[in-house]
Amino acid sequence: MTERIRRLRARSLRAVPALSSERGVLLTRYYRSGAADGLSVPRQRSGAFAYLMNRKKIAILPGELIVGERGPAAKATPSYPEITCHSLRDLDVLDRREKTRFRVSAATRRDFAGEIIPFWRGRTMREKLFALMEPEWLDAYEAGVFTEFMEQRAPGHTVCGEKIYEKGLLDLQAETRAALQALDFLNDPLALARREELLAMEEAAGAVIAFARRYAARARQLAKREKNASRRRELRRIAVVCEHVPAHAPRDFHEALQHYWFIHLGVISEANPWDAFNPGRLDQHLLPFYRRGLADGSLDREKARELLQAFWVKFNNHPSPPKVGVTAEESGTYTDFALINTGGVDPDGKDGVNEVSYLILEVIEEMRLLQPSSMVQVSEKNPDAFLQRALKIVRTGFGQPSLFNSEALVAEMLRQGKSLADARRGGASGCVETGAFGREAYILTGYFNLVKVLEITLNDGRDPLSNKLIGLRTGDPAGFGGFSDLLAAFEKQLRFFVDVKVRGSNVIDRLYSRDLPVPFLSLLIDDCIARGRDYHDGGARYNTSYIQGVGLGTISDALSAVNHHVFALKSLSMAGLLRALRSDFRGSERTRQLLLNKTPRWGNDDERADAIGREVFEMVFRAVDGRPNMRGGHYRLNLLPTTVHIYFGRKTGATPDGRRAHEPLSEGISPVQGSDRKGPTAVLRSAAKIDHLRTGGTLLNQKFAPALLSGEEGIARLGQLVRAYFGMNGHHLQFNVVDAATLRAAQREPEKHRDLIVRVAGYSDYFVDVGPELQEEIIRRTEHQEF
Amino acid sequence: MNSSGIIFDIKKFAVHDGPGIRTTVFLKGCPLRCAWCHNPEGIACEPEIMVFADRCIRGCRDCLASCPQGALKKVRGVIRLDRGLCDGCGACAEICPAEALQSAGRTVSVPEIMEEAARDIPFYKESGGGVTFSGGEPLSQPAFLRGLLLACRAQGIHASVDTSGHAPFSLFEELLPLVDLFLYDLKLIDDERHRRYTGISNRLILENLKKLSLSGAPLAVRVPLIPGVNDADNDLRALADFCASLPGHHPLHLLPYHRGYVAKRLRLGLDAVLPDTAPPSSELQERAGKVFARNGSTVIIGG
Repeated sequence: MTERIRRLRARSLRAVPALSSERGVLLTRYYRSGAADGLSVPRQRSGAFAYLMNRKKIAILPGELIVGERGPAAKATPSYPEITCHSLRDLDVLDRREKTRFRVSAATRRDFAGEIIPFWRGRTMREKLFALMEPEWLDAYEAGVFTEFMEQRAPGHTVCGEKIYEKGLLDLQAETRAALQALDFLNDPLALARREELLAMEEAAGAVIAFARRYAARARQLAKREKNASRRRELRRIAVVCEHVPAHAPRDFHEALQHYWFIHLGVISEANPWDAFNPGRLDQHLLPFYRRGLADGSLDREKARELLQAFWVKFNNHPSPPKVGVTAEESGTYTDFALINTGGVDPDGKDGVNEVSYLILEVIEEMRLLQPSSMVQVSEKNPDAFLQRALKIVRTGFGQPSLFNSEALVAEMLRQGKSLADARRGGASGCVETGAFGREAYILTGYFNLVKVLEITLNDGRDPLSNKLIGLRTGDPAGFGGFSDLLAAFEKQLRFFVDVKVRGSNVIDRLYSRDLPVPFLSLLIDDCIARGRDYHDGGARYNTSYIQGVGLGTISDALSAVNHHVFALKSLSMAGLLRALRSDFRGSERTRQLLLNKTPRWGNDDERADAIGREVFEMVFRAVDGRPNMRGGHYRLNLLPTTVHIYFGRKTGATPDGRRAHEPLSEGISPVQGSDRKGPTAVLRSAAKIDHLRTGGTLLNQKFAPALLSGEEGIARLGQLVRAYFGMNGHHLQFNVVDAATLRAAQREPEKHRDLIVRVAGYSDYFVDVGPELQEEIIRRTEHQEF
Repeated sequence: MNSSGIIFDIKKFAVHDGPGIRTTVFLKGCPLRCAWCHNPEGIACEPEIMVFADRCIRGCRDCLASCPQGALKKVRGVIRLDRGLCDGCGACAEICPAEALQSAGRTVSVPEIMEEAARDIPFYKESGGGVTFSGGEPLSQPAFLRGLLLACRAQGIHASVDTSGHAPFSLFEELLPLVDLFLYDLKLIDDERHRRYTGISNRLILENLKKLSLSGAPLAVRVPLIPGVNDADNDLRALADFCASLPGHHPLHLLPYHRGYVAKRLRLGLDAVLPDTAPPSSELQERAGKVFARNGSTVIIGG
């Protein structure tokens, strides 16, 4: 690592996340100026965007090679009042809470109190959204049956394709003009809407070009004042780069990274989309620039490494926008989920690993930063050397990169109706979500608490925590004659709540397409320009809505316990079980231990439990998959939790698997914490019993003590585990490699372990930041040290 | 052919008992009484009960009624097992909700074991792994072991046998064509001290090892490294010289002693027999490794 990168990295780590009022104030002034009056909504949005990009502060930090900040300084994080307008009370919470805190200065507070809140209160997406939801939706949301991703953040959730590296924004503007020329005002009732959208796209492109030119001008200005000759040369070079990109297609490695970065800033300044934005298949996109640079002598490997590392720092400077309420609970992290894909296959289906892939792995290993997240796609076509190189980084214990099955990703996309060419150019983003990069809007709608639905089923439609009837009356379970009656009742409740969720999401789809178009993002994703439709309005080639099922391990074990003890062995009556659950096992420790220890459980390759897990999966799949959404696409299922399994656990009473009330649920498709007792091969075998290829992503977490992975042998074994799991169509696998003693020490003395990064669930986080429950859980996850 | 036998454990993802990712099946019963034995629950031929007293739930009396021998009672809320009365039937372990009572030893058939072992075939294939039969002394259930090895052969699963070497050589000869790798344990060359620490003479063990080596059987020698027992220079040298004198060239695994057996012995109602012995230091491991390497052996520390 060069001295420059060491300094940039240290400064990024030191920077304290703070709330910035800059964007909120500028947006308010734009709308109050009257400039938006009379404009169509898309052009109001592009007008506001241009106003913002022309006025926001330019920040070139000392020593930087890749430039551009979303806020006025590193980790100065804007607010998006048109989506969520934080109240003064929210500001207090953000400023004071223990985890994912954002400092709020007195001046920021004044801006909110004086300008932002008075204008936006009553006009936000969040308020409109809740006002439109039916009572059943609100009850289920309140009870923790599901969460809603769009209540505080825009849909987003997409990744750029190769187009970004091949075209400049001027080229895209030319495309919008061509599309405008081709509009059919004779026959197309949407021609006017398309016109407004295309004009908005054109203006948005211009806004980001102008923003970059302001950076170029600032760099020239700084160069004039710069005493150090080598820095002066760098600043002049930065100016040349920022004059060229993103207006034009990048010409070299440096420009390619800066080009993407301006586009990234555009996307995350226009709105606060989930999972920020993502440079896609970075090793493949950068390869031509890398090779050309090496060939003409303008680049060497070390220079490329330094530029990539400077690029990495930019991601780390950008925490996810402040979240409050349920959103903060379901995604309690600073990570904004830009998951960089390396490896896998190329567009022809051949081995896609190249020299930049290995360089990126080295960068991941050296930088050890929370952001960006990183993953490797592992294809049968990729050499073992690549997988083992990645596993050696995994072994260092910071939870990155995670591992994905390329063949499964492609198969999942083909099943969803994508072309083979588009599937091979795709990958996974966010935590584990499958998508056709550059061509798909694959929007996550919310987490869905499968265990809560079982709890409601066991209580004949009531939520026992509030005693409110929020589901269907499916009967007193004491009257069920057999396990199949329970399953049938569960499926009815499940379908009811999925219907409620889908009805809500369909309304929210339309709300965002009507009131919050994103013309800049729409420029980037095919075929929004060709269709003249916004990304939020079905403009993308593929339009998917995901529902994320949570708690597969817990619900499998809970149903297995009822089946085994109440119906098969009859060692426990249903009434007795329900009494024990209602009292949270007070005075029933014997029963609790029986349920915990004498139940066939998910994750042990025990068909008695795994068959139930598979059955639940099929029910959820049937309830979700293939339903139409309002953007011309379909609902799909994936199974991942971020941090919501803790929140959902808190909202769920005691369960028949012996779990006490309010304890976390299992995460992803992993077994209940500590219940996998037959080692990793049994976990992988169980996990592979659901059909991953019909999902849009599953998440499996395995914790390993470093001792197990020592030496080349350890790495070889781990690689073989991964290959065998992927051979069984597993979608994703990630490893936490830390020992419990280290984690305990980090709990006692967090200040000494600030750099300790652990894999949480589809992403990594600083251990000291994840909160006590999750800390406990990470420690508890079965250690396989004894093997 | 005897198609069933007694095992006390099956471990998946065993990565230190032969090549690749393996499943290790632990057969019960052993003629040796090694003081450091890390699987004391594998020594006796018959099933026995392990007591995890700290898990016992106060107020729960499920096991008392379940015991046909009346061998269980509760003393101040904690379970006590009278091993003079217990016949190891396992009824209590079956019923105990807290897993405070567990059976070591259950009768299983060859097909049952193979069903379990075959599940991990995708992992064996990927890693060049397979199944290891360990114990106890697997050769103390010869017909059962033979049945298992035949079944492995039939399914194309790589099979290893981890043995103390104390069995008639005719038995080794009979199994030879069915075994892909022997893991052969060697503790001490000095016979008197071998008797003291393991309860039997090493004469047969050493003879068998020579014959097995001569037969060309694929073989790795495994030496537990136990401070105070076989870590003196002359012991290590004697072991190394013996290995070097074998007709075949075999990799050598040094297995550092650990204290995991102490808790296990307590659960079985046994005293710890090497209570003050500490695990070998890394210096000792390195020194021992060098002694063996001097004779040209490939030495792997930790199996």
